[in-house]
Formats: sequence, structure tokens, C-alpha cells
Amino acid sequence: MSADVAVLGAGMHPWGKWGRSFVEYGRVAARAALADAGLDWTDVQSVVGADTVRSGYPGYVAGATFARALGWQGARVTSVYAACASGAQAIGAARAQILAGLADVVLVVGADAAPKGFFAPAGGERPDDPDWLRFRVLGATNPAYFALYARRRMAVYGDTPEDFALVKVKNAAAGLLNPNARYRKAVTAEEVAASAVVADPLRLLDVCATSDGGAALVLCSMDFARAHGVADPVRIRAVSTVTPTYPRTVLDLPDIATDATTAVPTAGPAAAASFRASIARAAYEEAGLGPRDLSLAEVYDLSTALELEWYEDIGLCGPGEGASLVREGATALGGRVPVNTSGGLASFGEAVPAQAIAQVCELTWQLRGTAGERQVPGARAGITANQGLFGHGSAVIAVR
Amino acid sequence: MARTRTPVVSGWFTQDVPPPAPMAGPAPPFRLLGTRCTACAAVFFPREDSACRNPHCAGGGDLAEVPLSPRGRVWSYTDGRYRPPAPYVSDPAEPWEPYVLIAVELEAEGMVVLGQGAPGVRLADLTVGAEVEVVGGVLNEDAETTWLTWQFRPVGPAGRAGSTGSAERSGGGS
Ligand SMILES: [Zn+2]
Repeated sequence: MSADVAVLGAGMHPWGKWGRSFVEYGRVAARAALADAGLDWTDVQSVVGADTVRSGYPGYVAGATFARALGWQGARVTSVYAACASGAQAIGAARAQILAGLADVVLVVGADAAPKGFFAPAGGERPDDPDWLRFRVLGATNPAYFALYARRRMAVYGDTPEDFALVKVKNAAAGLLNPNARYRKAVTAEEVAASAVVADPLRLLDVCATSDGGAALVLCSMDFARAHGVADPVRIRAVSTVTPTYPRTVLDLPDIATDATTAVPTAGPAAAASFRASIARAAYEEAGLGPRDLSLAEVYDLSTALELEWYEDIGLCGPGEGASLVREGATALGGRVPVNTSGGLASFGEAVPAQAIAQVCELTWQLRGTAGERQVPGARAGITANQGLFGHGSAVIAVR
Repeated sequence: MARTRTPVVSGWFTQDVPPPAPMAGPAPPFRLLGTRCTACAAVFFPREDSACRNPHCAGGGDLAEVPLSPRGRVWSYTDGRYRPPAPYVSDPAEPWEPYVLIAVELEAEGMVVLGQGAPGVRLADLTVGAEVEVVGGVLNEDAETTWLTWQFRPVGPAGRAGSTGSAERSGGGS
């Protein structure tokens, strides 16, 4: 397929709380991806950095920051910021350059050194910033939004806190097998139930931590991959970065309100589809495949309950059927369609600009068949999904 | 002490009036304020004063201030068991008292608005789909200012006793 780009290399800096600069995490991940690709840094024609806005100016120009850390060599450089979708936008920018013939080989890097505790907005009095306002006026933290979604699922679909805990148990079991994960320890449903409530009904072990970490990919044209001796590389077939459509009717972080439906006389099926579902739909349309073709998925489990929502949004099941999938074990390792084989954010924690790239690293290793003990046998296609603050879509489909 | 009563954000809800004198009669009803596009009927909250954001709007309309539905139904709700970070204002010397957050689907607009529960509203008072009303309340107080905000509370039997007036005049924040 002419729209494919090849994944030649994937690499990470292990997630954790290491107390070092994000630049170091990105450099280590980049070196790992280059070694995996069998390329020298000086072979790279373009570098795309996913920005780390909390880390000050070098983080705002992450592309150049990583290029400097690796040694200036005159490559084309790009920096992108889209909150949690930053990594997907970085992959999207790299892919566009390759498909446009602007570069044959592109290095994509994201890394973060996250603060402890709740994510907070940038400082100062900024009453025209919705992210600042939701804290000032409401004290609405990220877990508060996740809890609203979780409570809504309980009321509408009958999900229970025990269902949510099963997601944590499943993801911890996978993360246990991943050397790059921060938490490598089995978790029981009892341990989830015994952890402190953060925002009712979600407990500490239902919401993901903040972490340090880095991830990188070396992407190239199919011609370059073949010339490099890789005849059958993992291929990226779709990158979805779509915005929501008006009116957006599900309350999304960090907004205080959704759009009104007063200007829409009849809510058609398109209007009814959630933003999250539209992200996956755009990716499927671009890739020319659907949920039934998936061998695995990596989705943003910012909370355990949110993972169940993603099952429905990426089409693994119908609305309200997410909990039954996790109860049946369909999304566990060894199940029909394993989700978050990496261990997910439950095992990694959030390193915002790195995470969407890390998801594609996991797809790459799974599709190559090199994922070790967490390998999905015969994996042929996978999707990643998340969304970025203020309406950035993020989904990537990779195939072998 | 005489603090100025000031909305935490200007223009998002009806201006608070000074606490009524004992014989002054009922205070005017508290309402959230949005804007409405006169060309396409799109309603915005928080208010949009620059341009209509409906991509299908024919344009040429004005954005007129409009009071929003005083009532709606609970879309979801939660609380915050840990102290939120700044700029949320709370006294670190005081133990953290969780409050309730309620997402409410407004009756006429079909939009979901997030707000704090009024003082005394507990998780156990709420169910998804239950009717709630918007009331004025106090977000926090500092030396000079009582910062005002909007809050939601259940309507009917689950509503707080003694809070049948149109605006909360007491409690919260200090
Ligand atoms: Zn309009």
C-alpha cells in the first residue's frame, strides 16, 4: 500500500520516577530506537519532538532539544504539542514528511519528567484559560473527570467498581512482564478495593500515576526499509488526529460545559457518535480495516473505567458491553483481543508526550513477534487510541 | 466584616446583590448566563462573545446574553477526596473537606454544565437523572472579597432543608 510508512526502530527509556531531565529520557529512548533500526543518528534526515510543556523552554522546542542532545547534524526539525495526543501528532508529522518525499528516515521522540500528584495548570492568574478556570472555579482535577465518566457508566450500564478493578488486575498482570513498565507487580481486586478513594467511585489503584519516561520511533519509507534489508517491516497504515464535531455532547477534560444542542434540529447518528469513537473511526477508514481485524489494542487507561469506554469506542463491542469483555477475559493476555498488552498507563503512569509513541512501540514489538512473555500469538494488526486536551484525536493503526 | 461580594468569573451568572435587608422581600432568582447566536440559535456556556462556534452557522448573527435553564438533570457526579492544586483556593492549615462535583444536563439547552454541589449536598443525595437546580453560593473568602460562584442542589425532598431561597447566603469557603 503506497500510504504505508515503515517502523524501522522502537525504543524506550524505562518509566519511573528517576529525578532526571526529560532530555536524558528522550536521548536514551532515541538511541535505543536508532540501535533497533540499525542506523546511525547521522543517517536521520528529520527529527520530530513531542513537546514537554511543563519542563520550560527546552520542552517547548523538544525537536531541537533532542537534536542538540544527540549532536547537531543538520536534520530537518519539528516540534509539536497536543497534550496527550502529542506523540500521535509527532508520528503524523513524520509520516506526512515521508509520504511527501521530504525525508526518507525520521526520528520521533517524546519524553517527560512529570511532577508528583495531580497535574496542575501553568501558574499565574489566567482567567481566559479554561484549564486554569476549572481548577480555580471548580477544583476539578483530572481524576474528577474520570470519576464522572465512571459514575455515569455505573448508572447507565450497570458497571460496578469490581468491574473497574478487573481492568487494573489485568493491566498489572501484563505490566509485570514488561521491562519498561514502572510498576511490575501483580495487583488483586482486593488491593484495588482497599486503596483510598480519590474521586468517588474511583480509587487510587483505578487512576494512573504520573511518571518520568521516554519513547522513540524510527520511521522510514517502504523503499528505504527494503533498501536497508527489511523486506517485511511493521507498517503504519493510519494516523488519526481528528477534532470533535459540533455539538460535542460529552463533557471532556478540561471543559466546564459541553456544547448546547439548540442549533441542531435533529441529532443524527453522526452527532450521536462520541468524540472518542470518531477518533477510531477515522483511523479505521484510513487503514481500510475494522475492529474485527485487530490482534490487539493499546488504549489510554487514565482510569480503569475509561478503558472499558475505549473498548466500545474502538468497536470491540457495543455500547455498554465493555465490562462484559473484561469479565470474560477477552481483553487479557491470551484473550480474543488483548488490550494494553504493555501494561497500559496502569503500569507505566503518564509521561504525556511519550505515551502515544510508547503505544506504537508496543504495537511494533507485538507485530514483530518480539514482545516476549506478553506476546500476542500471530499478531497482525493493532490500534492505539487516546485523546489530547481541547480536542486532539489520537489513534494509530499498525499492521504486519 | 464587610467584604466585597464578587463573582469569581464575571458575566457567567447573574450579578449577586447585597444580602437583603430583613424586610426587603425575596432576592431575584439566580441564573447562569450564556450567549445565544441570533442566526442559528446555538447557545454557549461559558459565554462566547467573539463569534458563533457552530460550523454550520450561516453567520451574520449577534451573540446575545441569555439566562440558562434554572434546572436540569444529573448527568454524573463525584467528589474530591484530595485537596486540588492551586489555583483552587483552600487553607492548607485546615483539614481537607471533600465537596461534591455535579455535571448537570440543562433542561432547554441540552448542554452539560459542571458545578460544585451546594453546601451540605452529599453523594448519597444524588442519583444520575435526578432533578437539580442552580443556586448562587460562596466559593471562598479572603480578607477583602467573598468570591461567588454557581452551585447545584437537588430539587424536592432531597433538597437541603432551609435552603429554599433563591440564593445561598451563607456557608462555604471560609
Ligand atoms: Zn450561529
